[in-house]
Amino acid sequence: MRNYIIKRLLNILIMLFAVSIIIFLLVRFIPGDPARTMAGEHASKEILEEMRKKWGLDKPVWEQYIIWLKYAIRGDFGRSIMTHENVLTEIMQRFPNTLELSIFAMLFASSFGILAGVISAIKRYTVFDYTVMFIALFGVSMPIFWLAIMLVLLFSIKLNLLPTGGRLSVFYSIKPITHLYLIDSLITLNFGAFFDALKHLILPSIALGTIPMAFIARITRSSMLNVISQDYIRTARAKGLPEKTVIVKHALRNALIPILTSAGTEFAMLMGGAVLTETIFYWPGLGTYIVQAVNARDYPAIQGAVIFVAFVVAIVNLIVDVLYAYIDPRIHY
Amino acid sequence: MKKVLVLLITTLMVVSLFAGCKQAAQPVTLVFAKGGDAVELDPADVTDGESVTVMNNIFEGLVRYKPGTTEVEPWLATKWDVSPDGLVWTFYLRQGVKFHDGTPFNADAVVFSFERQRDPNHPFHKYGKWEYWQWCFSEIKKTEKVDDYTVKITLDHPFAPFLSTMAMFTAYIVSPTNCEKWGDQWFAHPVGTGPFKFVEWVKGDHITLEKNPDYWGEKAKIDKLIFKVIPDASQRLLSLQKGEVQGIEFPNPDDLAKIEQDANLQILSEPGLNVGYLAMNMGTDTPGFEKPFGDVRVRQAINYAINKKAIVDQLYKGTAVVAKNPIPPTLWGYNDAIQDYEYNPEKAKELLKEAGYPNGFKTKLWAMPVSRPYMFDPQKIATAIQADLKAVGIDAEIVTYDWGTYLQKTENGEHPMALLGWTADYADPDDFLYVLLDSDSATVGSAGNIAFYRNPEVHNLNIQAQRETDQAKRAELYKKVQEIVHNDAPWVPLAHAKQILVFNKNVKGFVLYPTGDYHFETVTITK
Repeated sequence: MRNYIIKRLLNILIMLFAVSIIIFLLVRFIPGDPARTMAGEHASKEILEEMRKKWGLDKPVWEQYIIWLKYAIRGDFGRSIMTHENVLTEIMQRFPNTLELSIFAMLFASSFGILAGVISAIKRYTVFDYTVMFIALFGVSMPIFWLAIMLVLLFSIKLNLLPTGGRLSVFYSIKPITHLYLIDSLITLNFGAFFDALKHLILPSIALGTIPMAFIARITRSSMLNVISQDYIRTARAKGLPEKTVIVKHALRNALIPILTSAGTEFAMLMGGAVLTETIFYWPGLGTYIVQAVNARDYPAIQGAVIFVAFVVAIVNLIVDVLYAYIDPRIHY
Repeated sequence: MKKVLVLLITTLMVVSLFAGCKQAAQPVTLVFAKGGDAVELDPADVTDGESVTVMNNIFEGLVRYKPGTTEVEPWLATKWDVSPDGLVWTFYLRQGVKFHDGTPFNADAVVFSFERQRDPNHPFHKYGKWEYWQWCFSEIKKTEKVDDYTVKITLDHPFAPFLSTMAMFTAYIVSPTNCEKWGDQWFAHPVGTGPFKFVEWVKGDHITLEKNPDYWGEKAKIDKLIFKVIPDASQRLLSLQKGEVQGIEFPNPDDLAKIEQDANLQILSEPGLNVGYLAMNMGTDTPGFEKPFGDVRVRQAINYAINKKAIVDQLYKGTAVVAKNPIPPTLWGYNDAIQDYEYNPEKAKELLKEAGYPNGFKTKLWAMPVSRPYMFDPQKIATAIQADLKAVGIDAEIVTYDWGTYLQKTENGEHPMALLGWTADYADPDDFLYVLLDSDSATVGSAGNIAFYRNPEVHNLNIQAQRETDQAKRAELYKKVQEIVHNDAPWVPLAHAKQILVFNKNVKGFVLYPTGDYHFETVTITK
C-alpha cells in the first residue's frame, strides 16, 4: 500500500510538470498579451516595452519557463500581473470558498442521488423509476446557467426566502480562521453569521449539485441492480430477513463501492471551481478567479491557478483510490 | 443518536430561513453593486475603473471636478497661480486637514504623493508601475515644497490641461506615514483625506468604507458604504429589486424598459467622456492607405451614408447619444453650433460621383473583436455600416483581429477604415482633440490618431490651447478645431455611450459626474 501511494505521488509530480509546460505554452499562444490588455487604447510603444520587460515577457519562452520553474518548485508562483499580489496567497484566499461550496453541492448531490437511485432500482420499470431516470437525464443535460436563474427567480424573488447570491450578507462579518464560513462562524459562536452563510449556500449548492446528483442517481441505480441480482442477496432473502435490511445492509453497502469512485471524481471536478455557478451567484471562488485571470492575460495567475487545480484533482483522486481499497477488501494495490 | 442529529440539522436549516427577519438596528448603509472587484487601492498605481470608483470616496486631490461638471475647482488646495511662462504652478494648501490615520495633510504629503511616481530614485518608486504618470503627467519636471502649505510644481513645457489632470485620481494625495507603515502592501490599506474611511476588503466579494467623522468638509450622510461585486448584470438587477443592494452600475440594455416600469427604481444616466468612431485612413505613408480616402468628398459621402441614429437606437439600444463631434456634449468646449451630416444616401452618391467614383469602390472595414465601454458589439455595428455603405455603392469587407493585434495594426495604419473609440483620462478637450486628431499623434506605429489626419491648422490651434491658461479662451480654440475637423471629416463620429446607474427610489442626492466617477458623500437614504 505504501509503495502504491509513493508511486502515485511520483506520478502526480510528473503530471504536474507536464501540466506546467502545457499551460505555460498555452497562455502564451492565446492572442493578446498582458501589456496590451492592461494598457488598452492608451498604450505607447515605450510603455508597452517597459511593461513587458518588467514582467520578463521580452525573454525567450524557454528562458521564462526555467525562471518560473525555479521559483515554482519552492512554492512561489510569482505575483499576479493585475493585482501585484502573490498568486498562491490569492489562490489560498479563494480556494476555501470553492471548497465550502463543493462540499455542500456534493452533500446535496449524493444524498438525493443515492436515495433516488436506490428507490429506482427497487421499483425498477415502474412509473417512479421512469420518472426519476427522466429527471436524471434532464438534470445532466440542463444548462446550469438557466437552472441557477430559475432558482433565484423562484426562491429569492418570488418566495423571498433565500438571498440572490454572495457568501454572506453585508451586515455580518466573520473572523477568518479556516476561511470556511460555516466553521469559522461556529468557532467564534457567531450564530447569526452561521445561519446567514448557510442560507447563502443553499441555491448555489443545488445549482452546482444537480448534474452530479443526476449522475450519481443513474450510477446508483445500475450498481444496485447489479448487486440485487447476486446470489448473496437471494440468500439473505431466503434467510427471511426483512426487505429493508436486505436493501440497506446487504445490497446498498456493496453497491456503494462504484458510487464512491464516481462521486469522488465528481467532487474533484467541482473543486476546480465552477465558473458558471460562481459567476451567477457571485461566489468569489477559484472559477471566477481563473476567468478573471484569463481575461486579463494574467500569465502568473493562470499558471498558478491551473497547476493548483490539477494538484487538488490529483490528490482527491488518490484519496478516493486509497479509500476504495480500504472499503473493498477484494482490492489490493 | 442519528435521528437526533438529523432533527437538529433540519431544525437549524428551517430556523436559518427566518434568521434574517430580526436584525438589530443597523447604521445607515448603502450597498452598491459593481461588475468587478477593485484591483488595488493605490490611486496612482491603477488603470481600471473598478478601483477608481472605490478610491474616489477615500482620497482627494488638490483640485477636483465641480460635482456634475468637468470644470476644475479648488479642493485640498484653496488657490493656485501660474508663472507668466506657464511653467511654474504654485498651489496653496488647505490647512487643518488630517488623513484618516491622523497624519497632517501638508506640502510634504503632496511632494511624497507625486515624487514617488516621478522620481526613479524615490524609496517608494519601486512599489508601483505608475502607468498614468507616464501617460498624463510626463510634463511634470519636479514637485517641491515651498513651505508647509505651499507647493511648487515645475513643468518642462507650458501645458494648460495640466490643471485638469490634477483632478484625476492619479494625483490624489496619500498619507506618507501610512505608506511607510505598509510598504509594498500599502495598496490594500488605503489612507486618504476623503469623506469615507477604508474598513475592510474581502477580495472578490466586497469593500467596506465608513463615514469619516473628522472630515474637514461637509460630512457624509450615510454611515457605511459597501461596494459589492456582482459580475452578472441580471443578478445585479435582481438583488437591487430584492433590496439586497441599493444601487447598481451597467444594467443590461435589454432590461432598461423593465426598470423604467418598476416604481421602486430610478435610472440615472448621461453621456460619459467617451466617443466611438469610424476612422478613415488619410495617411499616404501608411500601408493601409487607399486613394479614395484622400478625397474629402469621399469622406463626407461616407458621413452622409451612415444612419447613425439607427445604429444608436437599435444596436446601442438607447444607451448612447449620437455623436456629431469628437468630444462629448458633457465636456466644456463642446461646439453645439456644428450641423451634423444628416443621413442622406442620395447626397452621398452625388459626392462620390463628383469625386470620380460614380460606381463606388471596394474597400475594407475593420471592426474590433471586443465590446468596449464606448461601443457595444462592434461586429454588429460594422455589419450595419457595411449595409449603409453598400446602399451608396461602396463595397466594404469586414476585417477583424484579436484585440491586441487590432490595436497594434491600427496604430501601424494597416487599415483603410477602422472602428475604434476612446475614453478620456481627464476632462479636457485636449484629451480628445490632441490625442486623437493632432498630427503629433499620427506617427505610424504608435498612432493615437488612426485617421492619420494631419491638418497644420488643427495642430496650431491645439498647441495654442495647451499654452493658454484662460479656460474661456481655450474653449474658443477647441470650438474652432471641431469646426475644421467637421469639414475635413477624417472620422464618422458615431456615438457617446451613456453611463447608466440604477438606484432604489429612496436613494437621493447622487450626482453623476461626466468623468464616470462615483462620489457617495452627498447621498442620503430616505425611509
